[in-house]
Amino acid sequence: MSILVNSDTRLICQGITGSAGKYHCTQMMAYGTNLVAGVTPGKGGQVFNSSVPIFNSVKEAVKETGANASVIFVPPPFAADAILEAIDAGVKLVIPITEGIPVRDMIAVKAYLDASGARMIGPNCPGIITPGECKIGIMPGHIHTPGRIGVVSRSGTLTYEAVGQLTALGLGQSSCIGIGGDPIIGTRHIDAMKLFNDDPDTDIVVMIGEIGGSAEEEAAAWVKDNMTKPVVGFIAGATAPPGRRMGHAGAIISGGSGTAEAKYAAMEEAGFHLSRSPAEMGKTVQGLL
Amino acid sequence: MKIHEYQAKQILARHGVAVPQGHRVTTAEEAATAAEKLGGPVVVVKSQVHAGGRGKGRFLGDVSDADIQAVLAGAEEVPGKGGVRVVKGAAAAAEAAGDMLGKTLVTKQTGAAGSQVNSVYIEAGCDIARELYLGVLLDRDLGKIVVMASVEGGTEIEEVAEHNPELILKVHADPITGLGAWQARELAFGLGLSGAAHKSAVKFILKLYTAFMAEDCAMAEINPMVVTGAGEVIALDCKMSFDENAMYRHKANLEMRDFDEEEPSEIEAGKYDLSFVKLDGNIGCMVNGAGLAMATMDIIKFYGSEPANFLDVGGGATEEKVTAAFKIITADPAVEGIFVNIFGGIMKCDVIAAGCLAAVRDVGLKVPLVVRLAGTNVEEGKKLLNESNLAVISADSMADGAEKIVNAVNAAKGA
Repeated sequence: MSILVNSDTRLICQGITGSAGKYHCTQMMAYGTNLVAGVTPGKGGQVFNSSVPIFNSVKEAVKETGANASVIFVPPPFAADAILEAIDAGVKLVIPITEGIPVRDMIAVKAYLDASGARMIGPNCPGIITPGECKIGIMPGHIHTPGRIGVVSRSGTLTYEAVGQLTALGLGQSSCIGIGGDPIIGTRHIDAMKLFNDDPDTDIVVMIGEIGGSAEEEAAAWVKDNMTKPVVGFIAGATAPPGRRMGHAGAIISGGSGTAEAKYAAMEEAGFHLSRSPAEMGKTVQGLL
Repeated sequence: MKIHEYQAKQILARHGVAVPQGHRVTTAEEAATAAEKLGGPVVVVKSQVHAGGRGKGRFLGDVSDADIQAVLAGAEEVPGKGGVRVVKGAAAAAEAAGDMLGKTLVTKQTGAAGSQVNSVYIEAGCDIARELYLGVLLDRDLGKIVVMASVEGGTEIEEVAEHNPELILKVHADPITGLGAWQARELAFGLGLSGAAHKSAVKFILKLYTAFMAEDCAMAEINPMVVTGAGEVIALDCKMSFDENAMYRHKANLEMRDFDEEEPSEIEAGKYDLSFVKLDGNIGCMVNGAGLAMATMDIIKFYGSEPANFLDVGGGATEEKVTAAFKIITADPAVEGIFVNIFGGIMKCDVIAAGCLAAVRDVGLKVPLVVRLAGTNVEEGKKLLNESNLAVISADSMADGAEKIVNAVNAAKGA
């Protein structure tokens, strides 16, 4: 009951010996994620947490462990290179958590990614979790419960807020995916909606957007024509002024486009169940049951 | 990161993009010298502020409040003199520069507060045959750089996009091969250029794209891009901004940052690596995560008030960082109440609580404070707040917190 990751996922971590990598790998293992290897160039042969082998390259790690997913905690100047290395090694699911990768680097990464057949979630994202099975990323595992609601969002803590509301109402989640707050990301809202629509174990999807770009409108148009499941929608940033970047590199209203109103209008037109207040996301889902 | 026109033109010139000759000056005397050096029948005196719409802008004190309102509303014809003036001779250049320097220019883009003019750019006049538009930026949907051109030069491209979208030509640069000369030719032909002007435009477009990529720009807009009587294509104005994530590889561009153009509270926040945007409301917010921070602003509005700021303390903030954030919020005289909304993931609730308490001990607490904590270490955080004997109003949820802070502020006003 999930999209993209489950108990069969064999994960490696690039940047496992850095402080963020260390901390979050420990958390992921404690959650039950099958972390099979780490990669830090020059530290091959070492062992993480007395059980996870560290390799010099992704290619080597994949060859030795049969890994099929990689989570990346490499600093921004080197992150694009790490993503390319993972794709080149044949990893099918690449999840860069790193915030602050230059756009120019991501343009090249996206072109390489699109030609490769691999999927990327992020960058600048919290990751993806299938509650009770597999947690890849930095989200607090304990707030999630296994269940049948899918959650997709550009933001980390706002995803936690939605999940917290759902769990408090006794509504578990099939998978929760944080797609990232950057202008160029691998998996967009529309891709997540397609995955949830095809997942037999997801009944309702919560789609959380924010100002900037037109990914929410794109997803709404697809939902209108294709989605067979109810979707609950919220957009953050209705009060944000134009022309200012609101934390996320992608959260900016420019030239009058990317406003919350435009996104709400597209979602309404597509038959979404709108939650105009961020505090009503859980209740809006509950109302559909 | 935004830069001034004169800085953008220095960068363009370095990359071989044609720009008029010019000198940036900070006094009337320097303006006269610069105008003499440039020679020619006319020179242009241009206020250097980051906002656009300078020509139609007006200076505070020069015109009535009603006229300033008209400028802000985007009026075409307003009495008085603008922030860009064409003048004849050194004496007139000195007079115009002297008139602008030190004054505050209000344009459609500056907001009512305006921007103080600390320097002016004295530029050679140019024989304008046609005014065109050229812009380079990221197409987020395709993940590619798009180059846009239009015959509607001198008009804001957003307006053209709204009223005459067919007049905007677009080509996308391939991520591997870059912008092709054939694409630049397509744009130049589309603009109706031929002969020398066509050749000059193709060169101009390719060089601008090269500059954009080399400098990690977020946006480069040439409006207007001018065709001179002699058929030369040249950048009459230039707006340029940089990808903030890439500044680490452009130390020289980082030096171009003008702190006078930024909010002091935002500069202070930047020192602590806090993501902060000053807004006009009365309820200060401290939140972890950009999405939740925006949602918190929205819910304050939902309950009938306005947020005073956007503030994301980030994922792994320390107690010191939280304290600094709290002080920045309380230093704003417009803040009549504070809402701390934390959903702890990596961020631990007790760290937030300790940081807030440390700040309150340092600077006191003169306005109502509502704290909503959830997630990691929530019990420890609540315990710290409860034991502090401070008048902290605790909230159970985001909605509860927003409602409580709005009510507390209204009650304090009524009292």
